[in-house]
Parts: sequence; C-alpha cells; structure tokens
Amino acid sequence: MVTRGFVSGRRPPTDGDARIPPGQYLEQGFPVLSAGPTPRVRTEDWSFTLKHGPRPIKKWNWAEFNALPLTKMTRDIHCVTAWTKFDTPWQGVLIDDILADAGLEPPTGFTLAHAFDGYTTNVPVKDLTAGKAMVALLYEGKPITPDHGGPARLLVPHLYFWKSAKWLNGLQFTTRDEPGFWELRGYHIYGDPWREQRYTDDP
Amino acid sequence: MSEALAAQSPWQTAAIVRIEKRTPRVTSFFFRPSRPFAYRAGQHVDVRLTAPDGYQARRSYSIASAPRTDGAIELAIEKLDDGEVSPFFHEVAAVGDEVELRGPLGGHFVWPDDDGGPLLLVGGGSGVVPLMSMVRHRAARKSTVPVVLVFSARVWDEVIFRDELIGLDDREDGFGLVLTLTREAARRPADYSRRVDVAMMVQAMARLPEPPDTAFVCGSNAFVSAAAQALTDAGVAAEIIRTERYGV
Repeated sequence: MVTRGFVSGRRPPTDGDARIPPGQYLEQGFPVLSAGPTPRVRTEDWSFTLKHGPRPIKKWNWAEFNALPLTKMTRDIHCVTAWTKFDTPWQGVLIDDILADAGLEPPTGFTLAHAFDGYTTNVPVKDLTAGKAMVALLYEGKPITPDHGGPARLLVPHLYFWKSAKWLNGLQFTTRDEPGFWELRGYHIYGDPWREQRYTDDP
Repeated sequence: MSEALAAQSPWQTAAIVRIEKRTPRVTSFFFRPSRPFAYRAGQHVDVRLTAPDGYQARRSYSIASAPRTDGAIELAIEKLDDGEVSPFFHEVAAVGDEVELRGPLGGHFVWPDDDGGPLLLVGGGSGVVPLMSMVRHRAARKSTVPVVLVFSARVWDEVIFRDELIGLDDREDGFGLVLTLTREAARRPADYSRRVDVAMMVQAMARLPEPPDTAFVCGSNAFVSAAAQALTDAGVAAEIIRTERYGV
C-alpha cells in the first residue's frame, strides 16, 4: 500500500542496498536498548561459566578469559527496532575457542546465553560455532562500555541484535530450544534479519 | 482474496481519524485500525510507510491511549529534524490518510497486572507516552492503585498532556504528578527545576504508601541511564525497574 505523500525517505546508498535487510534503515550512531538498568560489572567480579543443563563445565575469571585467543570480527549488525549499522569492529574470543579450551564438543544443538542482569536469549549451536560468533571484549579497540554490554557481550552478528546478549556471564547447553527473555515476550524464536523474523508470528 | 488469507498479514491499514497538536514538537495522531485489537498499557505498534517506488520505512511508536477505549489508538509523535517517518506525520499526514500498522507489540514494558502496584513512573520528554497509557488506564478503571509519575521536560510548554495530567493530579485519588523542568523555573509548588536525581526519586516515592512494586522508566538513552541510576541509588531493586530507551 503506497502511503500518500511519502516520497523522500532515507534510502540506503546504492552500494549498500544488498547489505541492508528488509525493513531496516542505515544508522550511523550506535543506539542503546535494554530492558532494565545498566549493570556496572567490575572485571574483578566478572566470570563466564559454560554449562550443560544445570551442570557447570568450566568457569573463567577475567584474566583467564582474556588469556584465550583473541579474534577480530568486523560485521554489519541489525537491531529489531529497524536500524542497521555497517562495519562494527569487535574483538573477542570465538565460541569455538571457548569450547576448545573447555575440551568440549557441543553436547546438544541449543544454547541459552545468560547475563548478569538475568537476561537470557536462545541461540542454536550451529549459529555460534564455525567462526560465526564470539564473546566480544573490545569495540573499536577499546573495552566495551557498560551501555553496550561491557565488560563482555555475546556477538552473533547474523541474527537480530537482541541475540547478542549484553553483560554476558554464561552459556548453557540445553536439550531443547528454550525461549529466552524477549523470545518469551513476543519476539521471534530465531531472529534472522534477512527473513525479517522480528516477532513471534513471523514465518 | 478470502478473509482467511487476508488475515495472514500481521500488517493492517489504519486511517487517521483525528490530529491534535500537544506541544510545539509533539502531535497526537489518532488511528482507527481496520481490524481493531486489544492491547495493554505500555505496549507499542510498528508503523510502516511505503513510497511509490516500493521503498518502505518503519518505526515503533508507543501507544498513549488507554486500553479498552473506543478503538482509536493515539500515537503521540515527536518531530525529529533528521527523522524519516516523524517528518511525514508532522508535515504531510492529514485526517483520512491511511498508513500500515502492526501490533500490539512488546511484552515487557507493560503494566503486568491491572491491580499491581504501587507504580513509580519516570518519563523524559516523549518517553511519557507509554506511561500516559498506564495513567489513563488507571483513571478509566477508577483504580485506586497508588501511582506517581515523575515527568521531566525541558520547559513548561513541552509538558505533553499537561492539562490532562494536572487534572488527574488534582483529583487526589492516589495518582500523583511530579513535574521537573530542566530549562525553566518550576510552576507548581511541589515541582522541580532540575534533572532527575536521587533526592527527587526519594521524595517521589515518599508520596506512595509503600515502596513501588514496579518502576517504569522511558525516555532517551541518556535520560533512562540517569533515571535508572538515580532509582537504584535511591534503593530501588534493579529487578523491579523496567526501561524503554530510544535515540542514540
């Protein structure tokens, strides 16, 4: 349905077209969204726990985690609130390298990411491994600010950005695909921006 | 096309039935959806505009009207100078125009229980919109749940829904309004003229008979960060603070 009088719009640059998923617009800034207050997590209080169901497999403190191999990842990111930001530069530890350090083969096909504020989000294992995702520690070469999820956040850039949990403190393998915080509150269980899977009833 | 097939699209057309200027920068647009729907206080809708060449722009807007009213949905839209969708509404849209609308959306920034409370509402600028839906819902239901709204605006003339809010405040039925102006002197005796801070939150909560069950904070990211910090510093548990942010 054409909207009367809507002509101008903020069209993406021609060469950027192919990089902007349907319904998204290009954002130059970096908006902040969260469901609650920003937790201030000190690195001395920080830890990351890998779990299989209720059972902890391995736990790292900040120094131990930072000793893992650091990988650079520069990616376009897509927020469900319709902004897309190109070429965001992150550095962190690939999920592959976390699993390798724990000596763990993925025991199930699903995970639930956990955060210090109680936030959770579900991500299938196939979307985390083979270099697809990391626990990011740096943005633009600097520690990630609390507003953007620091000290550490999940980065799963090919899914809507609510999947990239801020203030991450753990990853739990689950037997079934268990919906997390936003997935229980009307958002899509998977969240592929290219298929525009924003809300629960999107195909 | 059958009804069943048509119903598969989550988008529907909605006609603008009324337009009301609220402040120099905020105008309310009242929509009548082709398929009316129920919603909860605090929820939002997505609005989609389509250009003749097929280009589409979508934005989320909070609902200002109370649930269970006559069916017209009020969106109070602030004009953003560098915006894409809000300038269309402010400069082009007229009564009778149709846009596409999807909703209701959002399952977190909602008043979870009609009788749950007390509530502490903290809004900055157009961040008051979803809180207004809660305040109106309470009034429409003649609810006695204690609610305090702390509303920060730059100046008196930018206090969205000002007369309506002051009217509700004057009823003294358990709803309290605290206005704070950041660039002008306070106009009412108990109001403030500064940015939200811990002392203001403590004093606002003192107007409730018991500590809040839930605190809702909405506004720009800078406002929400400051207000949520003030609330936690005032002793409010992070678990009961729900936030909604916009802008960069």
